[in-house]
Amino acid sequence: MTLLETDGEALLAAVRRLLADKGITSTAEIAERIAITDRASPGQGARMVARAWTDPDYRALLLEDGSKAAEMLGIPMRGMPPLGVLENAPGLHHLVVCTLCSCYPRAVLGYPPYWFKSAGYRSRAVRDPRGLIAEWGTVLPDDIKVTVVDSTADYRWMVLPMRPVGTDDWTEAQLAAIVREGDMIGVTVPKLQQ
Amino acid sequence: MAAFAPGARVRVRNDWPETRGPVHIRTPHYVRGAQGTIVRTLGAFHNPEDLAFARPAPPRALYHVRFEQPPIWHQGQAGDDVLIEIYEHWLEPA
Repeated sequence: MTLLETDGEALLAAVRRLLADKGITSTAEIAERIAITDRASPGQGARMVARAWTDPDYRALLLEDGSKAAEMLGIPMRGMPPLGVLENAPGLHHLVVCTLCSCYPRAVLGYPPYWFKSAGYRSRAVRDPRGLIAEWGTVLPDDIKVTVVDSTADYRWMVLPMRPVGTDDWTEAQLAAIVREGDMIGVTVPKLQQ
Repeated sequence: MAAFAPGARVRVRNDWPETRGPVHIRTPHYVRGAQGTIVRTLGAFHNPEDLAFARPAPPRALYHVRFEQPPIWHQGQAGDDVLIEIYEHWLEPA
């Protein structure tokens, strides 16, 4: 029998037991990491975005050191790859992809959406980013430059979208509620509900 | 110590280790041999090409490198670009 033919549950249990027996990690630590992973969701990234929209110091920190900015809002980053944040601006739009596989800022956005790992998304994002995101309804005028961020190595990347106009008197919680997963990947931009 | 400074022009090595045996490489095929510009250094990380095979993995400088997008694919809009993390040992001065 090869590893590929082994029952997954049994294999996982054996690896976990070995990790504990060898003192590499404990069952409690594994349980804690599973809980952290399950808690991570796009809502975490949305909180960071909303804080950056309302607090210039936090915005500066977020762009300088995304991991530190996440930790400031209580998001656990220990053992996670460093987080980089790239800022959309008038005339500049970022789109994140991992053409090699599925690098994704899970600590702040949770599990990637199913399409993020698809061959179609990964190949088209670098070749025809404008045509690709138009399928989400994001049609960028020609005078907006598109920077595709191919997440290939040890960083994980998140987009800081632009704050929608008409939200000047909104609270941070109201702002966080309109920021979606796709806005922080770059396939969409935050919109007010019609 | 990073060998390239922000703004430096670099070329990605036109190398295909895939043809020589099992590999784990983080340098996308589509920029092998392409020229780009160093945007920033991202620090040093243990070389994933070695880590994947449980070999000793010395730290390598990692860069954010900007490539103009249309020349890579012969399609796209002038001015658009692609930002990629690339390890120092894949880069040479251009």
